[in-house]
Amino acid sequence: MFNYNFRWAQALDSLPRMLEGALITLEVALLSMVIGICIAMVLTMFRLSGSRILSAIATTWVEIARNTPALFQIYMVHFGLGSFGIHLSPYLSLLIGIAFNNAGYLAENFRGALKGIPDTQTRSARSLGMTPVQSFRYVVMPQMLRISFLPMTNQMVWAILMTSLGTVVAMNTDLYGVTSDLNARTFRTFELFAIAAVIFYVITKTVTLSARLLAARLFRY
Amino acid sequence: MIEIENVRKSFGALEVLKGIDLTVAKGEVLTVIGGSGSGKSTLLTCINGLEPIDQGRILVDGVEVHAKATNLNQLRRKIGIVFQQYNAFPHLTVLENVMLAQRKVLGRPKDQAEAEAVRQLSHVGLGDKLGVYPTRLSGGQQQRMAIARALAMSPDYMLFDEVTSALDPQLVGEVLDTLRLLASEGMTMICVTHEMKFAREVSDRVAFFHQGVMVEIAPPAQFFDTPESPELRNFLAATH
Amino acid sequence: MFDTALTTNDLIFLAKGAGMTLIVTAISVFFGTILGVIFGVFRYQVGPWWAAPLTFVLDIFRSIPLLIQLVLANAFITTVLGIRVSGFTIACGVLSLYTAAYCAEIVRGGIEAVPSTLRRAARSLGMTWRQDMTSVTMPLAARIALPSWIGLALGVMKDSALVYVVQVVELLKSAQILITRLQEPLFLLMICGLFYFLISFPVARFGGYLEKKWSND
Repeated sequence: MFNYNFRWAQALDSLPRMLEGALITLEVALLSMVIGICIAMVLTMFRLSGSRILSAIATTWVEIARNTPALFQIYMVHFGLGSFGIHLSPYLSLLIGIAFNNAGYLAENFRGALKGIPDTQTRSARSLGMTPVQSFRYVVMPQMLRISFLPMTNQMVWAILMTSLGTVVAMNTDLYGVTSDLNARTFRTFELFAIAAVIFYVITKTVTLSARLLAARLFRY
Repeated sequence: MIEIENVRKSFGALEVLKGIDLTVAKGEVLTVIGGSGSGKSTLLTCINGLEPIDQGRILVDGVEVHAKATNLNQLRRKIGIVFQQYNAFPHLTVLENVMLAQRKVLGRPKDQAEAEAVRQLSHVGLGDKLGVYPTRLSGGQQQRMAIARALAMSPDYMLFDEVTSALDPQLVGEVLDTLRLLASEGMTMICVTHEMKFAREVSDRVAFFHQGVMVEIAPPAQFFDTPESPELRNFLAATH
Repeated sequence: MFDTALTTNDLIFLAKGAGMTLIVTAISVFFGTILGVIFGVFRYQVGPWWAAPLTFVLDIFRSIPLLIQLVLANAFITTVLGIRVSGFTIACGVLSLYTAAYCAEIVRGGIEAVPSTLRRAARSLGMTWRQDMTSVTMPLAARIALPSWIGLALGVMKDSALVYVVQVVELLKSAQILITRLQEPLFLLMICGLFYFLISFPVARFGGYLEKKWSND
């Protein structure tokens, strides 16, 4: 029925290169999550600070991250900053773009999680003589991270998928970029991208599964 | 010594404390009774500095609680408070719950904090629950844990804010027993409570709050047997 | 700042791109929702065991990048099968399935959130499965699922930016074409960003409002 000759063997020869790309993809996703979580914490504190300016900054960040395409955000980092004379490498543009997106979504998650923690927890911590910072750090934050754990896992999956957008800023070392490059030389589009799809699937499933195992170990209460 | 001088406090238009004067001496057990909205719980949170006051002053061992210069975090180490909701920290085990503030606020080394936590937990009868998470405990056990947590900070004063009100009736006894034990050991305590029998047994004095005013204060025998004010008489008649 | 080489024709070009974004989104959300409801009800009805194959397939759409889904579908249909199909059709097809995969999850969650006691009450009144579904369970589930569905629709709009890869010129792509010509990236990107934001932000706020309002009663 198909007039098409599948050449899986030829495509599979490229597997080692694609797996290297997968490592870069994972690296970008992980780094973007670490940066994203840190920024999201800061944004959350901005919102709690009671300062109008700080909370306006946080709200603006969150709303832009959530209401524009991730592709746009990566474009902005690369070309937008470029017009101010700040020229970032594809790798950095992609990393910063995804981290920006992660931070916005995570900050919103953190806010939702905080609503689920009764004020009496803070009150109780303060009554034991803890400072506001201590009660946040030791009592509120661990609970917040627990409630946000599943959304964080989802965001990590998103981050992995978003690395494919690096192609618009000419990123060519990640899984998608490597696959595109190979495709441009061999034109085995279907075979190459099918392999890439399988690798992506395995990565995201592994991440979700390990997150679940990690959660079972971390949160025993 | 806790000295409360002409304290007034409003929430919006509602004045909940209308000039309270009260002194609690070291080693004294004072229970406070009164209907809901009488201001008795608010007074406790004011003593601890969790709530600001509008007028008057509160002195704890001569230090003014609401003065700007007062380091509240330091002062709170002296004053333990236990609330109606047990407020166990759900992400920590029973032992860790009691160790946390010791480590972070008092800066006690781990082994010392742990030893103290074990001592206090055994004291309230939770010596066998150290590694358990609070969600696995009954309300009464969580409340006793909260008491141990406050006691582990070696406070000079303990404030109890309706600590049995959220409990199932059959669990009230175990918590009251813990309070009795503390009273018998000479802890200075202010207990806001609805448990009349308990108030009569353990108190040195009992105070009656009504609509933000301390209407009557007397030793328990006199308080319960020959109440002076009509408000208290009505209250006692209604609760018996 | 508004000193730009942008002509009226360029603006029309951008507007067409925006129109394409909206059309692709509308079509995909429409078909994706219909499919999603069917899949979601099916998954709920037959239970996790029998639905496993469907669950597995739908999960694939949520586990690999949309960009790859588009490239693969395009390569499969046009090169492997040798069928001539427009990029627009492929874009709408893939995005519809992508939407359906998420929508099925939302629908199932919505149905599961309807208290089973209510369903039992409906059945005990002599309602058939159909009647129970159409007049009790689905209306309630729809209410529960609506805020998430709004989020999904907005997500599809944002993700539709990727259909450029199958030669559909939507908003961001048309901007990119102009950027290459005019070399005014910041200004053009701002216009695009603003367009997405002005649609997404109010609708997202509305969804949040509904969620808050409905979770209180």
